[in-house]
Amino acid sequence: MSALLDSLQASFDAMPDSAVNALGLGNLRRAAMRQAIRDGLPTQRNERWKYTGLRALSARRFVAAAAAPLLHPAALDDIPSPRLVFVNGIFDAALSKLQELPEGVTLGALSAAKALPTQDLQALFSRTFEATDEAFARVNAALASDGAVLMIAANSQVEAPLHLVFVGTPASDDIASHLRHAIVLDDGSRLTLVEHHVCVGNHRHLASHLVDVRLGKGSSLVHARIQDEDAGATLISRTDAQVGADASYQRLDLDMGGALSRLELNILLAGDRARLISGGALLAGGRRHSDTRLAVTHAARDTQCNLLWRGLAADRARVAFFGGITIQVGADGSDARLSNKNLLLSEGAEIDTQPVLQIHADEVKAAHGATVGRLDATSLFYLRSRGIPAAEARALLTQAFCREALASIGDLSLVEMLSPRLEARLATLEATS
Amino acid sequence: MLTIQDLHATVGGKEILRGLTLSVKPGEVHAIMGPNGAGKSTLGNVLAGREGYEVTGGSVQFEGKDLLALEPEDRAAEGVFLAFQYPVEIPGVNNTYFLRAALNAQRRYRGESELDSMQFLKRVREKMSVLHMRDDLLHRAVNEGFSGGEKKRNEIFQMAVLEPKLAILDETDSGLDIDALKLVAEGVNLMRSPTRALLVITHYQRLLDYIKPDFVHVLAEGRIVESGGPELALELEQHGYAWVKDRIAP
Repeated sequence: MSALLDSLQASFDAMPDSAVNALGLGNLRRAAMRQAIRDGLPTQRNERWKYTGLRALSARRFVAAAAAPLLHPAALDDIPSPRLVFVNGIFDAALSKLQELPEGVTLGALSAAKALPTQDLQALFSRTFEATDEAFARVNAALASDGAVLMIAANSQVEAPLHLVFVGTPASDDIASHLRHAIVLDDGSRLTLVEHHVCVGNHRHLASHLVDVRLGKGSSLVHARIQDEDAGATLISRTDAQVGADASYQRLDLDMGGALSRLELNILLAGDRARLISGGALLAGGRRHSDTRLAVTHAARDTQCNLLWRGLAADRARVAFFGGITIQVGADGSDARLSNKNLLLSEGAEIDTQPVLQIHADEVKAAHGATVGRLDATSLFYLRSRGIPAAEARALLTQAFCREALASIGDLSLVEMLSPRLEARLATLEATS
Repeated sequence: MLTIQDLHATVGGKEILRGLTLSVKPGEVHAIMGPNGAGKSTLGNVLAGREGYEVTGGSVQFEGKDLLALEPEDRAAEGVFLAFQYPVEIPGVNNTYFLRAALNAQRRYRGESELDSMQFLKRVREKMSVLHMRDDLLHRAVNEGFSGGEKKRNEIFQMAVLEPKLAILDETDSGLDIDALKLVAEGVNLMRSPTRALLVITHYQRLLDYIKPDFVHVLAEGRIVESGGPELALELEQHGYAWVKDRIAP
């Protein structure tokens, strides 16, 4: 067994019975852990892990965090309320700001919320992960005993964005944290949600997130995920979303930090006219490895997806992108678009992109394109010939390169909030290339 | 202002400029004419510092400085402006933002204070009305979706905002119909001043009907082979470049 799985098994064995059996999930947790140990971590022979080797990670040991370390509130000054804060995977009630939640909003930590919608959560968390390469989902299902629970009542229109904040901070050991989140929008409701994955100080923790999103009929979720973590962190994140009839899921991922990150988005367009817009920017410098895997399934009529992803790799970094779209039998009238453009900023960097479109329905529209190129020398010279210094000119061009993906989220105030963070990261990417 | 001595330059290993010598004083307008392949555009690109244009001999002094030792952005800040033959479309970079970034970068270089957005907009409005620029061009991405004429006018507009000491117009007339040409020329003429020099690179005499040069030079095979007043352009128009070739035949 790998050191990683060995240490995770030890954490599982140390879990109190009350945590294992919470929500009546005890048997499922034990089974998930057994399966994870039995099948081990996926290797690169597995098609879904082709570009990401886990050998170095599997040789590392992690411990479970004991208690949330004290963090000065000023560290999170720039994140407004309402917000739910976890530090090294532990819910931090003092840093969270949950007063004055809008009407129709249930938001809290699984470990601390008072009136949990137990049946809904049981239903969501009773899923099993059958593919042998779903090691991290299985481990998460076994070990996660906390996470964000967010429920929006039918027809509630929530104006101000809600924030989920995950902070990594230094600790004496490398910590593995596993959080499982439930985000459920009832019919006709509307919400904007921002996930912040940030660090205060350097660390080498492993954070695993499993997010279940359910969007009821005619509901609308704007969901941004900002991964701005420490250069030593390992981040494994998976979102499984089901989008109901006439519902809209607008998703933005800014994947900018962490030594190793794996992001999986599995989106099922389950109801007629369900719609997904997914934008993303993948920034990698140093020796960072960023692996993103999208799996969009059109399962109903007249469903739409528009995927706009941009990747930039500098130094010796590696960006891997897989964009899978499946249009199932009967999903007639579906409209699917995927654009993945990439910039290589250094000789030693590598980008792999693989768009895959599978169509089993009639009268569908589908378009996909993927490119890997370099910063255009003519554009760069044009800017410099007007007096803009080389570094600033490169930053202007890389920002412009990401802009379309960033703007795809549609929410202008959100774009305004996120732009400076993206620009700051782009600037460091430039400085080191 | 500008002194070019025996300039040699290669592009992709091929020698294009072969001993070009030229001197330009403040307030003067020089036209550089010549057949295709003579090295006209190479001259503009070498002066602006474009990558891939390698200087293999000679010198260029600009206001007493070794121009060839400077980065492209520093040449711009020193006062050299190249109006591109093919202006570049830069999607995602707003035209106004770009121009303000350029102007303020130049001002920083020169130790001048940066313009705030109010001051900048005031300057932009002035220049726009003079050049009959449509407002919406300001809000679009740099040259994106601009017509050929709009792109060339945008070059002149940038020049008007940046107020260079030496403006090099690289075949600014190419691809323009007569109305667009007049508009561009009008803009250029408004920029003429006793402290500013213009280097007008063109294949055709037509542009010089609207921008009157003080000097006309004929560039052939990488050198200036003939210099004269405006009448030289007319002579070229009558006899064609074959006439020049005969004259430089050894």
